[in-house]
Amino acid sequence: MTTLTDPPKESFRLSMLIYDTRYRSMTIQVVAMMGFMLLAAWLINNTLTNLATLGKPIDFGFFSEPASYDINQRLLEYDSRDSHLRASFVGLLNTLVVAVLGCITATVVGVLVGVLRLSPNWLVARLMTIYVEMFRNVPVLLWIVLVMAVLIESLPAPRAFRGEDPAATMSFFDSVAVTNRGVYVPEPLFSRSLGDISVFGEASLRFNISLDLILILIVLGASIFAIRWNSKRANAIQEATGDRPTTWHVNLGLLVVPTAVVLVALGFHLGYPALKGFNFQGGTHMRNSLIALWLALSLYTAAFIAEIVRGGILAISKGQTEAAGALGLRPNRIMSLVVLPQALRVIIPPLISNYLNLTKNSSLAIAVGYMDITGTLGGITMNQTGRELECVLLLMLVYLSISLLISAVMNWYNNKVKLVER
Amino acid sequence: MPSHYRETGPEADETAFIRVENQEEVNMKKSVILGALAVAGLAAGAAHAATVDDIKARGKLNCGVTTGLVGFAAPDAAGEWMGFDVGVCRAVAAAVLDDPTAVEFVPTTGKTRFTALASGEIDMLARNTTWTFSRDVDLKFTFVGVNYYDGQGFMVPRELGVSSAKDLDGATVCIQTGTTTELNLADFFRSNNISYEPVPIETNAEAQQQYLAGACDVFTTDASGLAATRATFEAPDDHVLLPEIISKEPLGPLVRHGDDEWGDIVRWTLNALITAEELGVTSANIGDMAAAAGNNPEVNRLLGTEGNLGEMLGLPADWAVKAISVAGNYGELFEKNIGENTPIGLARGLNAQWTDGGLIYSPPFR
Ligand SMILES: N[C@@H](CCC(=O)N[C@@H](CS)C(=O)NCC(=O)O)C(=O)O
Repeated sequence: MTTLTDPPKESFRLSMLIYDTRYRSMTIQVVAMMGFMLLAAWLINNTLTNLATLGKPIDFGFFSEPASYDINQRLLEYDSRDSHLRASFVGLLNTLVVAVLGCITATVVGVLVGVLRLSPNWLVARLMTIYVEMFRNVPVLLWIVLVMAVLIESLPAPRAFRGEDPAATMSFFDSVAVTNRGVYVPEPLFSRSLGDISVFGEASLRFNISLDLILILIVLGASIFAIRWNSKRANAIQEATGDRPTTWHVNLGLLVVPTAVVLVALGFHLGYPALKGFNFQGGTHMRNSLIALWLALSLYTAAFIAEIVRGGILAISKGQTEAAGALGLRPNRIMSLVVLPQALRVIIPPLISNYLNLTKNSSLAIAVGYMDITGTLGGITMNQTGRELECVLLLMLVYLSISLLISAVMNWYNNKVKLVER
Repeated sequence: MPSHYRETGPEADETAFIRVENQEEVNMKKSVILGALAVAGLAAGAAHAATVDDIKARGKLNCGVTTGLVGFAAPDAAGEWMGFDVGVCRAVAAAVLDDPTAVEFVPTTGKTRFTALASGEIDMLARNTTWTFSRDVDLKFTFVGVNYYDGQGFMVPRELGVSSAKDLDGATVCIQTGTTTELNLADFFRSNNISYEPVPIETNAEAQQQYLAGACDVFTTDASGLAATRATFEAPDDHVLLPEIISKEPLGPLVRHGDDEWGDIVRWTLNALITAEELGVTSANIGDMAAAAGNNPEVNRLLGTEGNLGEMLGLPADWAVKAISVAGNYGELFEKNIGENTPIGLARGLNAQWTDGGLIYSPPFR
């Protein structure tokens, strides 16, 4: 005799959207979402009507007009008759250059400082603390401007290199000129060059790739592959016989010989900078705007990275170090073989956001006249065409894409490090 | 404030809206980006609201000037803004508000000046700004006249021994970004088939620092700006201005499109200063001349002792008297700030009155 019956199946009533806890949160979310969308629609609509009444409807046509301005640092050929789009592209590459250089330098310096901050040597540890606190607590713009001012005011102008008894001379056997317009270093040249291939024909995004560079990279890649294979073979022999064959001379040969052969075949030589007219000509010119931005951004970000590294290392229990020490490992090997690999898991996620910060901070470039994408697209182009909204929207899109790209790469790396966990 | 508020009829409503909008404008940051985004939030009426009413309600004229170019617009030791362009701002403030000190000077760079004007952060811009087709038609600004006919020049250290701009092949050139300067420069070097290395800089002060440190060989901008900059150097004689003038740079005050009444006030205030010089009205004799109508009907109309020109502008009859009394007529402003007896030492040249063979010419007051 079962008295238990199913509860009567309740039919859905509209009021349940509010009073029934099963639906209420859903209702709230839907309403909030609709409100948000209405607000967004109102903003967008308002913008469009306002722009239309101002007589400036959104229009990206100006991108194909000639930019009419020159850019000093260009990785691509560009002149003032090229389009605004190409000018933006040149600027984008400049942004990427300083971001990549900055991220690498910041990581190297940051890891070094982070490790040294934990050094038992009192003086070293204190010096590192001072460095970290100084850089972390002063706005990066000030550092950029300061570095630039120091470069401009303390280094000699090119004209100081002139004359019988010049006030300044070139360093490193007359191959490097350090001036207040930047550093001129020798450039690699190929007398039997394979030439370039151009991609995208005549389009604004066209660029050339040096076949010499491709060849060298391929050879280098092959060498590294061979070295890997050689080391693997050595490992196998070691596991089988207990004796490890010496590999370093073969590896060194594998690395150096093929590349050297290719370089000779291409007629590799260095082009040295020389003072001609107003400036040094020849060689590679690293402008002081790039150096200032690069140094300041890296040193600033390195201070944050140092703290992350220090935190990561401290997160690894002391027992690990002691155990490794008991096995007879020397302190620097303990650090590189035992502690750092484990600390990486803690370090990488916050490291990503520091890379992103560095990249975004590079938009301060105009303070020293470095022509990054903010200086070209968001600076001169925007100013000369008066297309603020279009330029700013695009600029946001560009930074968003770069950031997402960096995050994607770093997350991939993070996952790889994670998998090693046992 | 939705975008359709312009349709609201009654006067009272309109002023209410203007106030609200103002408040928002005051809060608005000067940054270019915010300026751009402001288009999204703010109503479109800015250009259509009556700027004069706005200024009167606020009790202050917001005038955009340079970040500092001695002779044209720069704060003196006491923090008081002085200069030729500042003189125009003060004259307008005197005409509209009867108080030449009721001016909020907003320093703008070559890059920020147009956003500041377009967004309503400033009511007028008097900042060595060249009247060009695209600034007028595309950026939608009304240039009310020309207060200095200029052209782009080059300055180099004397020790370089350069005597012509055509000898500048390979030189490093400091330029202010966001100016006509950088466009002229690209064209000049291109058409002469010589190369250069541009160093883009935001303000005149930074450019000066880099130039003096030898980080660039050449500084180029409007010739008047070069003279003004050179005058502030410790050893001005160590620097020469090259003979080439590579462009036309008619500099003048400007306002937004869309408020012609306000444009008229600024235009005719400038014209009043110019006409005063032409008719011999100076800060010394204006008291007497304005006291009663004299023999010259145009002077009388200008000074409001005859006719109702002021009323047509929506200003008191003696508006021009007030404007001229601040610092004198156009010629006096010129001589006191940038003329031959100042360290800047600019000759009148093209900027002489048309009666003296120059280009300065005001339409008649009638
Ligand atoms: N007339 C040009 C150039 C204007 C310009 O930037 N002039 C310089 C020097 S003449 C200036 O006013 N600099 C002052 C500052 O940096 O605030 C233009 O309108 O684009």
